[in-house]
Amino acid sequence: MTVLDSPERDRVPPSRSAPAAARTRRRRRGAWADRLLHAWTWAVIVWLALPIAVMVVFSFNDPHGRFNISWVGFTFKWYGPDLLDYPSLTTALENSLLVAVSATVLSVVLGTLVGLALGKYRFRGLGAANLVQFAAISAPDIVLASSLLSFFVTLRIPLGLPTIIVAHTMFCLSFVAVTVRARVLGLDRSLEEAARDLGAGPWSTFRLVTLPLIFPGVLAGALLAFAISIDDFVVTSFVSGSTQTFPLWVWSATRNGLPPQVDVLGTLIFAVGLVAVVVSALLGRRSAR
Amino acid sequence: MRRFRHAAVPYLLILPGGLWLVIFFVIPVIALISLSTQTGDVVDGFSQVFRFANYSDAWGNYHDQFVRSLIYGAVATLLCIALGYPVAYWIAFKGGARKSTYLLLLLLPFFVSFVLRTVSWQYILGDNGMLLGPLKSAGILPGNFRVLATGTAVIGGLTYNYLPFMVLPIYVALERVDPRLVEAARDLYASRTQAFRQVVFPLSLPGVFAGVLLTFVPVAADYVNASLLGGTGNTMIGNIIQDEFLTAQDYPTGAALSFLLMAILLIGMFSYARVLGTEEVLEVAAR
Repeated sequence: MTVLDSPERDRVPPSRSAPAAARTRRRRRGAWADRLLHAWTWAVIVWLALPIAVMVVFSFNDPHGRFNISWVGFTFKWYGPDLLDYPSLTTALENSLLVAVSATVLSVVLGTLVGLALGKYRFRGLGAANLVQFAAISAPDIVLASSLLSFFVTLRIPLGLPTIIVAHTMFCLSFVAVTVRARVLGLDRSLEEAARDLGAGPWSTFRLVTLPLIFPGVLAGALLAFAISIDDFVVTSFVSGSTQTFPLWVWSATRNGLPPQVDVLGTLIFAVGLVAVVVSALLGRRSAR
Repeated sequence: MRRFRHAAVPYLLILPGGLWLVIFFVIPVIALISLSTQTGDVVDGFSQVFRFANYSDAWGNYHDQFVRSLIYGAVATLLCIALGYPVAYWIAFKGGARKSTYLLLLLLPFFVSFVLRTVSWQYILGDNGMLLGPLKSAGILPGNFRVLATGTAVIGGLTYNYLPFMVLPIYVALERVDPRLVEAARDLYASRTQAFRQVVFPLSLPGVFAGVLLTFVPVAADYVNASLLGGTGNTMIGNIIQDEFLTAQDYPTGAALSFLLMAILLIGMFSYARVLGTEEVLEVAAR
């Protein structure tokens, strides 16, 4: 396309026409490479979206039994009262939301404080604290899961919602701390100093200056924590006992076939998440302007 | 007094979160290491007898799964680079004003539960499912052809689920490459390929390294994909650990396997980071 759009610059005296032709040829090859990359990008996006499309389409399917595998007919009925046909599924979804909200609140409070400490101060033990954060983030899920399960069982702590919330708070905390720390590191120190000079105490400085400045980091940390918590499968399946969350219900139901209600709930969660992200991006763009 | 209070501030800030991490992460991991040399069961309790044979037993019985996990991890990670690098490159250099839209499209899978996405692949790839069914009835594929319950399906699922973790760090690294550097290379008569090979690619390597860290570890430890898409011949070490803890309830063996896995991955990761320069890798990983 650039070849067609910019013919003027390529117009050269006849004596130099051979190199010019070579340059045009090179440019055309470049345009081809771009087109190929563009197509590749879209192919990958389509591949990534394929299972989601299948989920959305099959949420409108009308299968005879629980096996929602082949297309039978179009229906809206699963979006109505039939959505609540499986009480255990509804409970699992409620548990997921309860756990995600609790773990987000806890990890945002604890993680923001840790992030402030790691980003703002130099103190003995800073290296060790950073190392623990890094280890908690990079340890494989299954190692966290098996060590927490052994820990709870050895101490004879009953497994259930509290243990799930405790575990989720543990692994979300580090993500919040890292996100807040990055924001704190980019903070202009002179703003806090100015507040001090103008007579603000430590608490007022924090509330009126520091907190509003790091708030985008806190918010990003909260969104990340919520997303990680609500989708967690491995750790939850180890420390849940007989309690079920949405991913656990889906997992245990795969053997008997997934009812269309699961696709409907997945589609609704997908739509809510997408709308939330798009709206927040648009709002962010407007406020940036 | 004031100075003391000032020095105490960071410790007070870090105390609640730090305690939480120590109690529910550091201590359980140490306890897991200790558990791995104990004997006993859930009902009667465990006793520490320093039975290191737990490790040799675990390795002896399950080295196939260990090796398979590392191979699947390596193949899926390489596939993620091969699929993801061109995408990251195109978005970073040609995305223009639509960059964030493309990134959002790449992150779409994260709006659907991980388990549900993988189950969806199980349906798509089913022996008579929506992909193979029509091809078989059209006679293009033989009737006994299958994708599900093969290593290919597991590696495909792993690549699918972890691709965004590779694309994002590469994109971040490429995004920071100054386009004027490429122009300078072109002005100095480098061809497009040369400019890419000698300017852009080396500058993007920290992103690739960070992506490898972010994908290889969770991929090698994953068991959801192997459970849903693989057959009995494609189990990974995660499947075994899950079985030992949740089905067989043989905690010491499970603990030994978990610790072995963590040790292998951590040693690999740290030597990898050391070779490449930790600072740079971590800096990109943190973004």
